[in-house]
Amino acid sequence: MTKSTRVLPGFTLSLGLGVFYLSIIVLLPAITLVMQSLQITWDKFVFYITDPRLLSSFRVTFLAAGIATFFNLLLGLLLAWILVRYQFPGKKLIDTLIDLPFALPTAVAGLTLSALFAENGWIGQWLVPFDIKISYTFCGIIIAMIFTSIPFVIRTLQPVLEDLSPEFEEAAETLGATRRQVFLRIILPHITPALMIGVALSFVRSLGEFGAVIFIAGNMPYETEVVSLMIFTYIGEYNYPAASAVAMLILITSLLLLLIVQLLQNYYGKRLKR
Amino acid sequence: MQTYIAQKPGTGGKVLIGLGIFFVFLLLILPLALIFVAAFRGGWELFASNLLDKDMLAAIRLTLWVALLTVPVNLVFGTLIAWCVTKFQFMGRKLLIAFIDAPYAISPVVAGLCYLLLYGNQSWLGGWLNEQGIQIIFAWPVIVLVTIFVTSPYVARELIPLMEAQGSEEEEAAMVLGANGLRMFLRVTLPNIKWALLYGTVLTTARAVGEFGSVAVVSGAIRGHTNTLPLHVQLLQQDYNSIGAFTAALLLASIALLTLILKTLFEFFQNRKLSGSAH
Repeated sequence: MTKSTRVLPGFTLSLGLGVFYLSIIVLLPAITLVMQSLQITWDKFVFYITDPRLLSSFRVTFLAAGIATFFNLLLGLLLAWILVRYQFPGKKLIDTLIDLPFALPTAVAGLTLSALFAENGWIGQWLVPFDIKISYTFCGIIIAMIFTSIPFVIRTLQPVLEDLSPEFEEAAETLGATRRQVFLRIILPHITPALMIGVALSFVRSLGEFGAVIFIAGNMPYETEVVSLMIFTYIGEYNYPAASAVAMLILITSLLLLLIVQLLQNYYGKRLKR
Repeated sequence: MQTYIAQKPGTGGKVLIGLGIFFVFLLLILPLALIFVAAFRGGWELFASNLLDKDMLAAIRLTLWVALLTVPVNLVFGTLIAWCVTKFQFMGRKLLIAFIDAPYAISPVVAGLCYLLLYGNQSWLGGWLNEQGIQIIFAWPVIVLVTIFVTSPYVARELIPLMEAQGSEEEEAAMVLGANGLRMFLRVTLPNIKWALLYGTVLTTARAVGEFGSVAVVSGAIRGHTNTLPLHVQLLQQDYNSIGAFTAALLLASIALLTLILKTLFEFFQNRKLSGSAH
């Protein structure tokens, strides 16, 4: 579009101020991190990221995030399904509460979950007879990650499930398809892109989660330390190069995942717009 | 294409609903209930004395101060950016949108580290500011800055889909009819985006008040000085003052609950507006 066809005012103003703001708030700090990590020599970088304690934290973080995301995939499917498909009392309340993990500060979530799942907690006490410990163990990390990323899958699925016109299913059923076939051949292909986006967002969130996790994890080296805690520890030790090296790794991983999400979103077009 | 109309559940549906409600109860309702119960475990008097503790009051004051500075900045710039990317086509538009979303992808601790490196005394900017006698790192200004970073996407993200869906015919009509830019914005655009803008503001406030990871990195968490309310939750927990920690948590959870209630209200008004204009 050429400038002469713009009827609306404020293009230069909004673009200029917007770019200025994003440069100061987003770009400048991010560049500082990149510059800092570029000063690290390759040998040093390898030395930092092959620290066994750090490697354990990577394993813990990715494994916990993977399990939490898988759980949220199932829970998200279930909740999005019942919220879209069925009419039942309390539906509006549940729909509202789904956003709680976004609104509740992560520190509060961590504090509360660790008390809830502790051995004398409301839920934890029922698990003691089965010898299941959640607070201050690896399972606690999973619970914290599940909680903080519950909304992602549900909120990406809801609009596409609503869009799925009942005629397709009716047609399939008239043609003799079983319910299982309807789900696998009609519904699943329709919602898969949205599902993948929700899963990716949920995974990225879990990878970076800090506040909720540190309250419940116990933070034992090699066992229940997550990567963001390792970065935090390096910062506390004034070891900024190591912190930057690990931060860059996490940043690149998250940005790659989000790039994939963007591409998916563009590929599958407008119906997935949030 | 028609949208799906929710129906009365059959037997299978009832099982699914039961399962869904079970998990919502376990993961969302119980934690919320626990906060309120745990804060009052020591009775009203202890709750009041926890609340009026001088470090708690300092934390509340600092948190409100940070939110007070953060929200207007993000409100103004979020609206400007949303205006820019929805009303105009230009080179780099997609890139700009990607930049707005970037803080979503950046882990809070990494965000904190970025700000620490930029404003720390060893950096060019932090060193220069330090020479001027301006203390930013480990003081409230850096908490405000990093909170602006973390909450920067919310207003724009609420507005962009709505403004895209609404198009710009109404604004163009106003301009053609001779309104000036400001008048057009106040009389045409603002009423259209009012509820989304309000929700974006509420969400920004909630996130600004509750930010933990990035603030923990840059603030130094000096008790009574750079200790925000979420940091104070952790501090009290480490002091084995569980009831005190839950008192601070209760304040934060109330803000979260208020956010959810306002969201429901604003969405209701927005939908009524949309369906009203369709008839």
